[in-house]
Amino acid sequence: MAAPTTTPPAQLPPALADAVRDEASLRRFLHGLPGVDQVGVEQRAAGLGTRSIKKASKMWAIDTAIGMVDLTTLEGADTHGKVRSLAAKARRPDPDHPDVPRVAAVCVYPDMVATAVEELRGTGIDIASVATAFPSGRSSLKVKLEDTAYAVEAGATEIDMVIDRGAFLSGRYGQVFDEIVQVKHACGDAHLKVILETGELATYDNVRRASWLGLLAGGDFIKTSTGKVSPAATLPVTHVMLQAVRDWHTQTGELRGVKPAGGIRTTKDAIKYLVAVHEVAGPEWLTPALFRFGASTLLNDLLMQRRTQLEGHYSGPDYVTVD
Amino acid sequence: MSENRISLGKTENRIAVAKTYKLYIGGAFPRSESGRSYPVVDAKGAFLANAAQGSRKDARDAVAAARKAFPGWSGATAYNRGQVLYRVAEVLEGRREQFIAEVAAGEGVTAKKAQSLVDAAIDRWVWYAGWTDKVATVLGASNPVAGPYFSFSVPEPTGVVAVLAPQQSSLLGLVSAVAPVIATGNTAVVVTSQDRPLPAVTLAEVLATSDLPGGVVNVLTGRTAEMAPWLASHADVNALDLTGAPESARADLERAAAGTVKRVLRARPAEDFTREPDLARLRAFLETKTVWHPVGV
Amino acid sequence: MWEYAPAPESRDIANLKPNYRMFIDGEFVDGAGEPLKTVNPGTEEVLAEVSTAAPADVDKAVKAARRAYDRVWGKMPGSERAKYIFRIARLVQERARELAVLESLDNGKPIKESRDVDVPTAAAHFFYHAGWADKLGYAGYGPDPRPLGVAGQVIPWNFPLLMAAWKIAPALATGNTVVIKPAETTPLSALVLAEIIQQADLPPGVVNILAGAGDVGAAVVSHPDVDKVAFTGSTEVGRTIQRQLAGSGRKLTLELGGKAANIVFDDAPLDQAVEGIVNGIFFNQGHVCCAGSRLLVQESVAEELLEKLHVRVSTLRVGDPLDKNTDVGAINSRDQLTKIQELVESGDAEGAQRWTSACPLPDKGFYFAPTVFSNVSQTMRIAREEIFGPVLSVLTFRTPDEAVAKANNTPYGLSAGIWTEKGSRILWAAQKMRAGVVWANTFNRFDPTAPFGGYQESGFGREGGRTGLEAYLDV
Repeated sequence: MAAPTTTPPAQLPPALADAVRDEASLRRFLHGLPGVDQVGVEQRAAGLGTRSIKKASKMWAIDTAIGMVDLTTLEGADTHGKVRSLAAKARRPDPDHPDVPRVAAVCVYPDMVATAVEELRGTGIDIASVATAFPSGRSSLKVKLEDTAYAVEAGATEIDMVIDRGAFLSGRYGQVFDEIVQVKHACGDAHLKVILETGELATYDNVRRASWLGLLAGGDFIKTSTGKVSPAATLPVTHVMLQAVRDWHTQTGELRGVKPAGGIRTTKDAIKYLVAVHEVAGPEWLTPALFRFGASTLLNDLLMQRRTQLEGHYSGPDYVTVD
Repeated sequence: MSENRISLGKTENRIAVAKTYKLYIGGAFPRSESGRSYPVVDAKGAFLANAAQGSRKDARDAVAAARKAFPGWSGATAYNRGQVLYRVAEVLEGRREQFIAEVAAGEGVTAKKAQSLVDAAIDRWVWYAGWTDKVATVLGASNPVAGPYFSFSVPEPTGVVAVLAPQQSSLLGLVSAVAPVIATGNTAVVVTSQDRPLPAVTLAEVLATSDLPGGVVNVLTGRTAEMAPWLASHADVNALDLTGAPESARADLERAAAGTVKRVLRARPAEDFTREPDLARLRAFLETKTVWHPVGV
Repeated sequence: MWEYAPAPESRDIANLKPNYRMFIDGEFVDGAGEPLKTVNPGTEEVLAEVSTAAPADVDKAVKAARRAYDRVWGKMPGSERAKYIFRIARLVQERARELAVLESLDNGKPIKESRDVDVPTAAAHFFYHAGWADKLGYAGYGPDPRPLGVAGQVIPWNFPLLMAAWKIAPALATGNTVVIKPAETTPLSALVLAEIIQQADLPPGVVNILAGAGDVGAAVVSHPDVDKVAFTGSTEVGRTIQRQLAGSGRKLTLELGGKAANIVFDDAPLDQAVEGIVNGIFFNQGHVCCAGSRLLVQESVAEELLEKLHVRVSTLRVGDPLDKNTDVGAINSRDQLTKIQELVESGDAEGAQRWTSACPLPDKGFYFAPTVFSNVSQTMRIAREEIFGPVLSVLTFRTPDEAVAKANNTPYGLSAGIWTEKGSRILWAAQKMRAGVVWANTFNRFDPTAPFGGYQESGFGREGGRTGLEAYLDV
């Protein structure tokens, strides 16, 4: 990062502008962040996980969560047909209940973007695409930028990029920073979500540093995982990331988003995440503009639980559509 | 008087140089600030020497000296404390004859009995010298708590301990009371046997030349009943050993000690100091500190 | 914008009865004292009437305990005693939910704490000590350490069931019999524990549970046929008991007040430190003798930490103790509330800067909003006196030595907290603290295997672990 090729997008306050001046400053800054105590953060996450959300507050949570879903298919076996049916689901999650909110976005590979765009035109649903040699990120910067440009040109409004974990873990923070800055540039107007792949970062300290790296480089969202590595999203990791965006807000006045992805399958889990958003980051983050769930099966459980709430008896999987 | 006066090395042709028995406070040997002294007599009532008659202000100074010495002594390594206590035994051994004479005169026992008491006192220092670096192993613990924490407990010295030394056993009893107090890092203010104070003052001379930092042990001679209440109620004294307290004063002293919730070691009936001790006197002036820390990456 | 709907535990689970009776010699009996009415501090409603002890009842209980000690419990093999205590542990677990709801009703603590901390830890104490009963020869007090006889025990209102467990479990394991008196504002869980003891078929008289106010406690601890006294409560009362027992030769252990320092160094894991601070002072409404009531922050991070702290404390939900989402419940009594208010006013008067969470408080019941005082100096009452409520005093320091000096500058010495990521500094500070429990990068952790108790005016003797057995053995 001796000579950044692109300037960071945001006008940073002096302390943070200093942090990204050169490789050494960046390292000093990231390693100067307060540590994260594993037991402490896991305990806090578990503690908040015992919140009991009932009745109207549960209904509100379910609808809010539905509106935050990035409905995702990221398989080698994806076809245009699969993406079309996913888009249909995104538009109208529960055909019996047209009042169910639409999801926030669908998330697909770059070559499926065009199909999704076609299906979702005029719905206001965003089209997210993974890019930058997803999920491993193991390719040249050139390829990653082209991958991004390809998705954006096809109509993606959101890009979910992966960071170079190898570079991060070997301490080449400047390289990771530069890549994010350049991908952000390549995004144009599309929103950038920076996937940290926390399952490969080994420690919460690293999650915090990577979160700040993503924020400093201009990521609109920081996202936990590709969904291809276990563990994917966890509550304590999300806590650390929510703390980062909250601290970012305190220092810059800017609101940035968080997206846990992978492994969140039940309404119960989703509500625990919303409680964390509410109490760790703050109520202003309870919007699809600042919080998303990257998920595929979660939506159906939300719909099933929604029916249970409305109908007063337990629902079953055959009453929600499998797409 | 010269018949009984303890004056080793006296020859027929010269007058012995008699010792002035003083207090031992903060590593120095002052007279009592009160200027008082009192005659000490042997078992048959013959004059032995004058001893300083300590006052409440001497007691106050001794507590201040003990408090000042506490951080250094409690912070010394257990190995270091062990060596110092062993050094006390070494130096005591070198003055064995002097102590035998003093104990024999003061306690009115035969030379043979006095010899065995002094030998036991020397051995007692050796015994406690060996405990300094084992007591934490024996009384400490790693606590297997039900959670992701490492928890351990260690014994730590209570602080400044006021020791009312046994009235009868002027050396062995004294050593048996003082050694366990300082072995674990406490500092002590000792009120000696009232009527048999001379071995204690001579012991102070041993302590002063045994690498024991000044103030770790402070020795007050005088009237136990006069000084004890001031020590029992002194807010900067953490614990009280009642072994040598007059029986009639014990309950009052305990009551006074309650003012600052002091630890009190009560007098045990007819404690036999010639027997090998157990850990009770070590435990009496130890606090257990439990430390917790999370285990994580 | 997102209001959590009320999520109360049903009070029916507590199986509340209109009347509770004392437990003497294996029977539930009415005492000759004036019955007391125990109040739900969350609503100010009377929960139940409880019969209390007159001096004759105390005597009856002590006699029963003596008989049980002489005839049965004192000579029973440890392996048999163990099985009784294990039974109690299991029964507490089986009736955990009932006990939790009852505890929250009677004490005012949030159900999530009685459910997740008090009751499970109480069960754990019985389970742990049960195992010691036949292994006392390995405890380091000689090959066959003997019990003391009858233990008279008086416990406070902040952890009624848990404190009963802390007292009864080691006494029974070591072969003593028990006369115990819970606090007058929180007698119910101990009396349900009496039912459990009856269900466990403990021989009559082994455990006797009285009720009443301070006079009953005084009668228990000063009874001439009690061999051992254990008290948890205020330093003031502890001192009085120590005076009373002077010259009696009876063994005494005291677990008294505290004014713990929670030290945050500039390299601390700040977010977890904030959690630890919150847990340290707002856990159980601050009704904790080892509460981290004095926060010592290094000046270089003070502003940042305080800001984070205010944000975090603002999220604490104060209210109905039975609501599963309540973080801070009711102050235990009107008296305690008055005492807290008085001390808080002294903080205002002495020039500290008060910040109070804007959380809504219920109309009825005894509540006090979480409060943080900054610009506090050591001379102020709020920095020296135990408030025993949800009130934190924040002081700053510049160097590690200054932090240690300020932390130790109190006649108390129960607990301390240290927050820093530097290992050597943790061990250094832990060594320097004149306190019986030191939590580093955590706070308010309790476990039956870990000895707990204070230095100086926080009392003497330990509870828990091998060390805790000494209090009940003739050694």
